[in-house]
Amino acid sequence: MVVENLQDDVKTVVDRWKGKEGNLIMVLHDIQDRYGYVPRAAALEVSRQSGMPLARIYEVLTFYNYFKLKAPGKFNVAVCLGTACYLKGAPALIEEIRDILHVNEGETTKDGLFHLQIVRCLGCCGLAPVITVDQKVYSAVKKSDVMGIIAEHSKTI
Amino acid sequence: MKQILMQDTSGTLKKELRDLYVSFNSHLRDNGLADKAQVVLVSDIGVHNKGMVVKVLPEGFIYINVQSTHIADIVAKTVVNGAKVDALAYERPNKQMRIVLRHCGILDPESIEDYIAHDGYQGLANALAMGPEKVIEEMKKSGLRGRGGAGFPTWLKWNLTRAVKGEAKYIICNGDEGDPGAYMDRSVLEGDPHAVIEGMVIGGFAVGARNGIFYIRAEYPLAVARIQKAIDVCYAKGLLGKDIFGSGFDFDVEIRLGAGAFVCGEETALIASVEGLRGYPRPRPPFPSVKGLWDKPTVINNVETLANVSYILFKGGEAFGKIGIEGSTGTKVFALTGKVKNSGLVEVPMGTTLREIVFDIGGGVFENRAIKAIQTGGPSGGMIPQEFFDTPVGYESLQKLGSIMGSGGMIVMDENDCMVDISKFYLGFCVDESCGKCAPCRIGGVQMLEILKKITQGKGELDDLEKLSEIAEAMQRASLCGLGQTAANPVLSTMKYFGMEYEKHVINKKCPAGKCASLVQYSINKERCTGCGLCARNCPVNAISGDRQTKYTIDMAKCIGCGNCYEVCKFGAVLRQ
Repeated sequence: MVVENLQDDVKTVVDRWKGKEGNLIMVLHDIQDRYGYVPRAAALEVSRQSGMPLARIYEVLTFYNYFKLKAPGKFNVAVCLGTACYLKGAPALIEEIRDILHVNEGETTKDGLFHLQIVRCLGCCGLAPVITVDQKVYSAVKKSDVMGIIAEHSKTI
Repeated sequence: MKQILMQDTSGTLKKELRDLYVSFNSHLRDNGLADKAQVVLVSDIGVHNKGMVVKVLPEGFIYINVQSTHIADIVAKTVVNGAKVDALAYERPNKQMRIVLRHCGILDPESIEDYIAHDGYQGLANALAMGPEKVIEEMKKSGLRGRGGAGFPTWLKWNLTRAVKGEAKYIICNGDEGDPGAYMDRSVLEGDPHAVIEGMVIGGFAVGARNGIFYIRAEYPLAVARIQKAIDVCYAKGLLGKDIFGSGFDFDVEIRLGAGAFVCGEETALIASVEGLRGYPRPRPPFPSVKGLWDKPTVINNVETLANVSYILFKGGEAFGKIGIEGSTGTKVFALTGKVKNSGLVEVPMGTTLREIVFDIGGGVFENRAIKAIQTGGPSGGMIPQEFFDTPVGYESLQKLGSIMGSGGMIVMDENDCMVDISKFYLGFCVDESCGKCAPCRIGGVQMLEILKKITQGKGELDDLEKLSEIAEAMQRASLCGLGQTAANPVLSTMKYFGMEYEKHVINKKCPAGKCASLVQYSINKERCTGCGLCARNCPVNAISGDRQTKYTIDMAKCIGCGNCYEVCKFGAVLRQ
């Protein structure tokens, strides 16, 4: 991937956390906030600028679920699989999304539009089952609603 | 000035809610009442599935299913005259008691002035005046125990760290709420950030720590933003930083984010994560209270615990100790969810029974189905069957039933929930989240999960049940940290109380709840079938055929057991066995 101001971007982040012990996770959070994921080029740049071995960076990146190593789709479809959502039918919603988009968990559609993510509890169990598409929350979703939710977003392209 | 609270649980301000918000404001303005009442968006009033919910303060009236046509009525009656609009009013069963959630939904979480006006930072002022020993003494009187799950007495934890000599000590607030189905900590961090910060400063003062760290899930951006804002304003007002309240006590606070690892709720793994490493737990002792962050003595308290601390130091330990029952004092916040009518956060005095929580407060089971079990403690907890619903909630009483208090998830299961399936769900979660450091958890979890999968697919054998208990015991005894030690609890508790269900799966190859697709057979009763064809249209594999005259039949060779036909049939003609 080509990112224009990669060096400067990374420098801002690294400088911000300079001198703080144990800052690696926070640096990676800042990078992901900026790009939506942690590109390999950025990880290399962090390594170069901070002197931290690349292996140390990937050791952390691969341990935590929150960090993404691949570019996410234009829309992130997150299905909650917390206990309340599970009981109220989230597995059927996941199935439906798979059928419609032809992707598995953690994959992005070929056109790069939708990324299917399964999350453990969004912390709004009163609304179960819940799907979010980026920042938009859909509550008490039924299997028959899924097509409409996806369509709502494909239409905006 | 009156406040009109509007519930926005998802925090996204859906269109209809936004419209209502705008209409409320313009109605107030048009009637010259803009300085008489203020409309505030809050994340949780505690009433769900009842349309748009509005609460008016100081009266405390809650209105449900509010539409824009009701605005004039609410404003004229309640805002102007303080009277109730009976047609919209919601009466909340009053078995709850708010200590932790005392300010949630009542004050503006982004205003320190509002917090101070509600007696905020009084507890800290008291603490600084009485000195560290007295603070710990006060905590001892309160009997407060850790709200993160294990229930270790807070004063004792503090005392252990206080007793260690040395300059640098830390206090960490564990806001890595990872239990699926629980969101108490999120609500407190979002709804009352200053109460948690105040509790942390008091804790830091008591143990002699100069630095505090909030470890919060990155998945809770609003909580992070509110805590950060609260920290910034505290520095500006001299409530953090050097010489707090002129007492000579210095205290600094910063935020570190989690990154989606359940194991980081465990103390030693959390410390590793704050240090910027993989969240691996390590053997204890040494305990973090002696050797924790950067090898320095460290206290780790849960969000709810710290919110209690600021209350205790304000009201006094003795008063707090009188609430609840012997051994478990104060209140507990539960995230009441699952198949319950009113789901949401509830806060009850310890000693309230499970039945009172689920039926009196929760309003009973969704769609009036029969209740099967109540689950507490999340993936580390257990399932509690009906015969124990009159058990008063407390640390020991729940443990005796093979469950735990845990962080506060409380999930109601009904007759349609299969206990084997739900155990598989919880165990699957722990297997996913196991860090892989120790063998009992890494290997044991996977093996148990494989056996459960076999059973739910109808391939279970008799000695599988024995194998399950054997592996479970090994995991409990030999795992390095709490995750592995408790991962088998859901399986063990369901095997103990719902052994029959396991046997039916294994011996009769049937799933009594009809949840395990491979063990369920669907058929159509021709007498009841009207030939409408709805089932056939909803069958994803075209296994159903027929017409109005001959009625419909299911081709078992094609059926995948999804249950669509069973759900859509309006005449009860599809049978499930």
